[in-house]
Amino acid sequence: MSKKEWPLYEVFIRSKSGLSHRHAGSIHAADDQMALDHARDTYTRRSEGVSIWVVRSSQIIASDPAEAAAFFEPAEDKIYRHPTFYEIPDGVENL
Amino acid sequence: MYTQGLDQKDKSAPKRDAMEAPEQLEAFQARIDGEEKIEAKDWMPEAYRRTLIRQISQHAHSEIIGMQPEGNWLTRAPTLKRKAILLAKIQDEAGHGLYLYSAGETLGVSRDQMVADLLSGKAKYSSIFNYPTLTWADIGAIGWLVDGAAIMNQIPLCRCSYGPYSRAMVRICKEESFHQRQGFDILRVLCEGSREQKAMAQDALDRWWWPSLMMFGPSDAESKHSAQSMAWKIKRFSNDELRQKFVDVTVPQADFLGLKVPDDDLEFDKETGHYRFGEIDWQEFIEVIQGNGPCNKQRMAKRRTAHDDGAWVREAAQAYAGKQAAKHAA
Amino acid sequence: MNKDKALLAYTLRLGDNALVLGQRMVELVAAYPELEEELANANFALDYLGQARMFYTYAGELEGKGRGEDDFAFLRDENEYRNFLLLEQPNGHFGDSIAKLVLYESFYLLQLEALVNCADTRIAEIAARAQKEIRYHLRHNSQWLIRLGDGTDESHSKAQGSVDDLWRYTGELFAPDEVDNVFEAEFDGPDLFKIQDEWRSNVAAVLEEATLTKPEDGFMASGGKEGRHTEYFGYMIAEMQYLQRAYPGAEW
Repeated sequence: MSKKEWPLYEVFIRSKSGLSHRHAGSIHAADDQMALDHARDTYTRRSEGVSIWVVRSSQIIASDPAEAAAFFEPAEDKIYRHPTFYEIPDGVENL
Repeated sequence: MYTQGLDQKDKSAPKRDAMEAPEQLEAFQARIDGEEKIEAKDWMPEAYRRTLIRQISQHAHSEIIGMQPEGNWLTRAPTLKRKAILLAKIQDEAGHGLYLYSAGETLGVSRDQMVADLLSGKAKYSSIFNYPTLTWADIGAIGWLVDGAAIMNQIPLCRCSYGPYSRAMVRICKEESFHQRQGFDILRVLCEGSREQKAMAQDALDRWWWPSLMMFGPSDAESKHSAQSMAWKIKRFSNDELRQKFVDVTVPQADFLGLKVPDDDLEFDKETGHYRFGEIDWQEFIEVIQGNGPCNKQRMAKRRTAHDDGAWVREAAQAYAGKQAAKHAA
Repeated sequence: MNKDKALLAYTLRLGDNALVLGQRMVELVAAYPELEEELANANFALDYLGQARMFYTYAGELEGKGRGEDDFAFLRDENEYRNFLLLEQPNGHFGDSIAKLVLYESFYLLQLEALVNCADTRIAEIAARAQKEIRYHLRHNSQWLIRLGDGTDESHSKAQGSVDDLWRYTGELFAPDEVDNVFEAEFDGPDLFKIQDEWRSNVAAVLEEATLTKPEDGFMASGGKEGRHTEYFGYMIAEMQYLQRAYPGAEW
């Protein structure tokens, strides 16, 4: 049955110029052009976008939630990467 | 729109999957208790996944079947403005069905499978859509009462613990905000119109009031399965709490319209600040759920026909895509 | 025919075409082959309903008798409607709908593009807006005709059948009558002969890509522009007008 189903696409929409594309949801389509049309007709009915990206869901490479600890936690103790880590003496400006 | 029977027991589900260690379940519950969202690829108990698939697909089916009773008046809408508004609303319902199927798909079940379950009768949809729309006033009643009841249920679902469902619901609630108002507006104009029009509005309320109350599902005393859904934060309020809230906000609106709610036991309780209302005919509810409502057969037949008639189109698109892909590869 | 009369008649026709096609599309709601296409169809129907309302509202102003969009839509008889016969044809299957839309919108887009530069500013404004909508529809629908034509054997033969059946209603699109002639002369309106040439080559290109055969130009049905409709039409507007006719003078 699932062989007959149109492939799934993920839809990303830029709501106005200057902003990044953001994941809006997904749709099914038989081909890429149809995917763009479906994304337009489904996710921009209320003028939500100025640009659309679609990508086959099967083409997305995602990190593994089971690996999340090894993947993301090592960044957590590197607080010196954030500006608030540093103390600024009184009287010093424009830093 | 909305789905009900969220408390239906999943008979096929094992009590607890043998592979699920108590530590895993505890860690999962701790995430839920900490109001963390669960995402598609996160570990989750099999029963949580199944409960969600059942609820989300049922919700999606309700949106899709829900297009039919309103679609019944689309070709006969009395003005071009009303026609356009109604079409936009029905289109939203198609969109909401689509968002919900997508949310369901993140749990590892295909849309095809969900649709197959609907068409085979295995999956249910909200019983409210098995009632007929006999006059134009019914379109008003659906917007006002059915969407009104739906909103009561859907707003808490925006905070559901499952991320994709919660995000779909946020989008749906935002889009549906005009649905209830357009329904109320239809009835308001009818109530301000001729005697015949007002009678039409009253008749619609008479027929839609009780089925709307049934949308919240069985009473808390009868619904034994909601405890787990509450613990998982799929459900945030009990059926009776939501039903009471609906009655409390809707009765004054009926008064404003000058319509009489068809319940002789309806009475405002000054002490509690709530309306007391009469007994719901649960036998009717059960009959409709079991397929004996006025329109069950008709709704399913139409959906099946649309699906079957579209098969050659879906196949053609895939065949064309296949040919194009082969051309590019060559 | 004087200038004012021609302008009113021309505006009403534009409204009639948009409404009749929109109403046919509305009949298909909840019956589309796939959910995403359901949304597309509703978008397109909403565009047509919107266009009908704008043209009718303007026609009411031109007429100056206090009639509005709903008077034109719901309170005129069958023979007062001046839409093309093509648009009132029953929906049939998905291929019929797509073929109808491609044949019509290939014409309508060219008509709108010409109207954008016509001498009547209101028509030009509405056309400017409508042409954006129709340009998208036409691309979407042409793409579908190509998929059906070049899809499976079944879809190919269905699509060919649809194009063959509807071809006889395309002649009317390009047969100018007095209204068209006066509108063209007085308001710098569309030149239907020029449009026909472009239409032929655009449609031929889509049919070719769809691996479909262009039907021979045989007998062409006409009458819509004079208010002589096919039998299907009476039922369509009887259904559409029911409430306004049953409750005269009521507000909705």
